[in-house]
Amino acid sequence: MNTPIAVDARNIGKIYATGKDAVTALGDVSISIEKGEFFTLLGPSGCGKTTLLRCIAGFETPTSGSIHLSGRDITYIPPNQRPVNTVFQSYALFPHLSVAQNVGFGLKMLGKPAGDVAKAVARVLALVKLEDFADRLPQQLSGGQQQRVALARALAPEPEVLLLDEPLSALDLKLRKEMQSELKRLQTETGITFVFVTHDQEEALTMSNRIGVMSQGELLQVGTPHDIYEHPVNRFVADFIGETNFLEGVVEGHQVRIGTGDALDVVLDGQVGAVTLAIRPEQVSLTTAGAGIAAQIAETTYLGTDTHYDLKLGDGSHIIARVQSKSAGTFNVGDTVSIAIDAKAVQVLKS
Amino acid sequence: MNKKRAFDVTTLPGFTFIAILSFVLLYAPIATLVIYSFNGGNSVNQWGGFSLQWYVVAFNNQAVQDATVRSLIIALWASVISTTVAMMAALGTTRRGRFKGQTAIYMIINQPLMVPEIVTAVALLIFFSSVKIATGYTGLGYLILAHSAFCVPFAYLPIKARLEGMDTSMETAAADLYATPWQTFRYVTLPLLLPGVIAGAMLAFIISLDNVIITEFVKSAGQDTLPTYMLGQLRRALTPEVNAISTALLALTVLILIAFVFLTKKRE
Ligand SMILES: Nc1ncnc2c1ncn2[C@@H]1O[C@H](COP(=O)(O)OP(=O)(O)O)[C@@H](O)[C@H]1O
Ligand SMILES: [Mg+2]
Repeated sequence: MNTPIAVDARNIGKIYATGKDAVTALGDVSISIEKGEFFTLLGPSGCGKTTLLRCIAGFETPTSGSIHLSGRDITYIPPNQRPVNTVFQSYALFPHLSVAQNVGFGLKMLGKPAGDVAKAVARVLALVKLEDFADRLPQQLSGGQQQRVALARALAPEPEVLLLDEPLSALDLKLRKEMQSELKRLQTETGITFVFVTHDQEEALTMSNRIGVMSQGELLQVGTPHDIYEHPVNRFVADFIGETNFLEGVVEGHQVRIGTGDALDVVLDGQVGAVTLAIRPEQVSLTTAGAGIAAQIAETTYLGTDTHYDLKLGDGSHIIARVQSKSAGTFNVGDTVSIAIDAKAVQVLKS
Repeated sequence: MNKKRAFDVTTLPGFTFIAILSFVLLYAPIATLVIYSFNGGNSVNQWGGFSLQWYVVAFNNQAVQDATVRSLIIALWASVISTTVAMMAALGTTRRGRFKGQTAIYMIINQPLMVPEIVTAVALLIFFSSVKIATGYTGLGYLILAHSAFCVPFAYLPIKARLEGMDTSMETAAADLYATPWQTFRYVTLPLLLPGVIAGAMLAFIISLDNVIITEFVKSAGQDTLPTYMLGQLRRALTPEVNAISTALLALTVLILIAFVFLTKKRE
């Protein structure tokens, strides 16, 4: 377990403007991104993702902290001297240059001989399947093709780290799905470290090796998609990643007693007192009335393979269950059911 | 749109009449000037048949030739110098966000548009005459400098307009792709700015070509430009030669203006 670190951000703080206009975009963010990994920064709009990316690229200088690239302190190195390239959200293609010239721009600026540039351009254009468009101008391409040019342009100089700021957000759903697997493929083929920014949790879960969840300028949790989904460290993360039920309760021995008076078996890790239980809807199983927490079906929503049940508990609170439509019997609004939740599927969060 | 009765000046009574009258007032004198440049007679207001003789006379007039060359040299230098200065000013004022004293800077750059030209002319006359005494230099440099100065705002405006329409994302992308600040300017900013720069240079060229007042005050003996030569001719017998020169100047200006409109249109 000694993977080399590509990007090491230490205690990054960023405050825009000064005085009463000051905006704290990043509080105190520390993050280590490993070489060759697909790392995603996930968080709602305005949480500071772009700011962190711009600090890594060199367009912003952090107010505090330092950034290291492969062990070298680059905090105050100008962007054109960092072996880091960016795929901009708006693409930012040069409108006066052809596709090939756009893609070759970085290598040309680095002073590479024209022959090498041409070879690299041809290779990268093939990688993004745009060989036939080399002589077009960017405005003669569709949105999806422009996206690929932006990607090719950033990949051509073979940066140590590729930064992607919500690159897929302007594409329609079908194209976005295609580009997701395309990006994944490119990352595997090139072995370049990708730092990908998105506010779409599904995108983050499907594409990443690891995810960093951000909120209000702070990094809340870093982990694999599985970690983040199954073991969110707090309510914000649990809520942001997928659908989650929250139940308030109090620790009693090895159990947590919830508002209905029922005691749930949970796996405790030293928590005491008031806690919040986070339970994924697919972890809630229903049986006809019997042992377990009694509930009444308030609403059912058929979603094809799954059915969503909105369940009303004894104390008036609600919880959502997501059950495979084919399994067992189906329930109707008004039915009284019994809820069972596997102890291991319950996340115990500090209230 | 809730403007059911938006004010529309074209519906006012007499609009058409006033519009036509304005055009007549604007263009009738120019049309007359152009027509009489082809006069076969010796008068600027009595028609003596069609002829190109006055163009031939003007073309063969050594003084006109000299003045034309002088005008073109001055206009060329003035447009190059003023456009370069204006481009740097525009980059400085638009490429770094808002800053303290921005309005003051705009005022200073546009000063020649606001200060009465005769005041500038007198000031330059006095200033340059002491410089002439001190240095002994009496060449075209004074005129070139003076023209460059008052052409700056005309070159500045189209460049600034173009820059304001360009966000900084292109420059950011260039820096991301290893371009040094100079390379960013050379390969990204300048090419994207070029239509504005050319438009600015053309405007400056015309403004310089056309100038009378400052030129009249600053020029040394024997440094007539085309406009000041024509002004001098007025004091003598007026012949259609002046019409011919004016028409040629007009044609050149119109050509440049058409190119200018073409260039500014093409950007979107
Ligand atoms: N140049 C700037 N000047 C002032 N505030 C900014 C600037 N850029 C971003 N911010 C603020 O910093 C916060 C984080 O922004 P950003 O990093 O763009 O978030 P995200 O990319 O996650 O949406 C926001 O509150 C935003 O308004
Ligand atoms: Mg952003």
